[in-house]
Amino acid sequence: MSVMVKPGTRLFSTVCSTEMIAVKASGVVVDVTIGGATPVLAAADRTGSGAVADGHGGGAAMGKRYVDADDTIELLCTKPGEGVPAVAGVLLQLKDAKPMPASD
Amino acid sequence: MHLASLVDMVESGFDDRVLLGSGDAAVTGRGVGSLVRRGASTLRGVEAVVYAGENHPLLPVALLASACAGVPFVPVNYRLEDAQLNGLIARYPTALVLADDRTVARITAGGKVVRFDDWLATLPEDAPEAEVPSDDDSVAVVLFTSGTTSEPKAALLRHRHLMAYLLGSVEFGSAGEDEAMLVAVPPYHVAGVANMLSNLFAGRRLVYLRAFEPQVWLDTIRGERVTNAMVVPTMLSRIVDVLHGEEANVPSLRTLSYGGARVSERVITEALRAFPDTGFVNAYGLTETASTIAVLGPEDHRAAVESNDPEISRRLSSAGQVLPTVEFEIRDEVIFVRGEQIAGEYATGSLLDADGWFCTNDRGWVDSGGYLFIDGRIDDTIIRGGENIAPAEIETVLLAHEAVADACVVGVPDDEWGQRIVAVVVLREGETVAADELRESVRAELRGSKTPEQIVFRSELPHTETGKVLRRIVLQQLNEENN
Repeated sequence: MSVMVKPGTRLFSTVCSTEMIAVKASGVVVDVTIGGATPVLAAADRTGSGAVADGHGGGAAMGKRYVDADDTIELLCTKPGEGVPAVAGVLLQLKDAKPMPASD
Repeated sequence: MHLASLVDMVESGFDDRVLLGSGDAAVTGRGVGSLVRRGASTLRGVEAVVYAGENHPLLPVALLASACAGVPFVPVNYRLEDAQLNGLIARYPTALVLADDRTVARITAGGKVVRFDDWLATLPEDAPEAEVPSDDDSVAVVLFTSGTTSEPKAALLRHRHLMAYLLGSVEFGSAGEDEAMLVAVPPYHVAGVANMLSNLFAGRRLVYLRAFEPQVWLDTIRGERVTNAMVVPTMLSRIVDVLHGEEANVPSLRTLSYGGARVSERVITEALRAFPDTGFVNAYGLTETASTIAVLGPEDHRAAVESNDPEISRRLSSAGQVLPTVEFEIRDEVIFVRGEQIAGEYATGSLLDADGWFCTNDRGWVDSGGYLFIDGRIDDTIIRGGENIAPAEIETVLLAHEAVADACVVGVPDDEWGQRIVAVVVLREGETVAADELRESVRAELRGSKTPEQIVFRSELPHTETGKVLRRIVLQQLNEENN
């Protein structure tokens, strides 16, 4: 199962509370998962009752960004949850962020 | 990315967190999303949304509803004279104009004119499902430069510029639940736009001052337990003045940022003393750069104050370091920048060169530690208390006086106003006139803020070979005399 992901696409996990938004994506169909399960594109479609798959847990953190090795996709966590994102079965990596002082 | 995504993110991340207002009027992230979608449903197909008014607790709803309807948001300076204000609005002949109580009756241009409070009160109960725009190359916000002799220029900020700024310099959800931002800058200033967006992105509650007044500002910080605030230097100067050397006594305030013009060292030093437990942030940016591009942070301020090394203490008057997401170069003392947030575009066309560089028109230089110092505009615009004043307009009035042969108006550094207006005047042979009479003639023709604080009489002015006054030399002479 794959979904079309472009910048602004929202991804709702079906196995935990995690919600993501794509801040970078090439607008192609990708095999993306959250917590090991294919996410849905709208909160209303969240009907699943499965569990986070082994190796796909550990927690996605609020405001953190997750990227693939080629830097073709970047997902930002807007609601934390147990499941973490992956593409084609490979977990996305937490992106380093250098915090700036709040200027405005 | 499109600003409509910001609404999605706010709804997802801060559904139960209060983001606007307080008490009975508090609006959570979910509430913001609902207001914005209901608002957007009334705006589809509108040419533009012009906002002509003071700050309002729900101001961000107007901007975000416009974004979600795919309509440019155009905040205009309600303090302009009627003709100027309507001249700007007339550029959007069918726009919906949202105005405050005092401004609404003054507007004769645009399409439909509605009080912002009435618009909010009559939003539909539900918003039908609608396609959300995603073209991030469309125009999100239009801000007018304050042209006085020439027509004001309309600076365009596209969705991708504003989102690039947010994604590049603010961490989503980084604010604690107890944090609140006090906004004192007006909605038509780029800092006002940046304030709205970056604080919603951070999850920080926005508290609005309708119009700035130093004592109200201090009282609001105490009453609303404000943790962050942003002011322009003129406001900082007035705050320091009302404190008369006393400490501000605002224990909740963690960060105070200032920017928008040069701030005098006297003011910032007194402010640091008055707010000993607050971290200071100096932000440098332009309308055309979608706000902040360089930041002097709290640690930098502390280091500058504590250091005996003149290179480090001097950094108190610097703009700090350029954001890692923005490239910059100094060419012939002029600052050029490039990056995803750099819009560099007016309604008349893009100013970016073929490689994407934007000339800021600010003179600057960098010290050995990478700290950027701004030496003012290349052009001669006087910035007095945040208001841009074209010398030519004042010179025209002075030159119209029968006793005046030549005139040159310049801005000289001033602790309170950033710059104050000085007119250097050459009288015609055999003529005499009192300085006050000249000042009065400017006041009568223009207005108080454009009246020279000082008139200096000279026997001649320096000119170029082509007859242009050498402003730089005039200014230099004045500065030498004043020192």
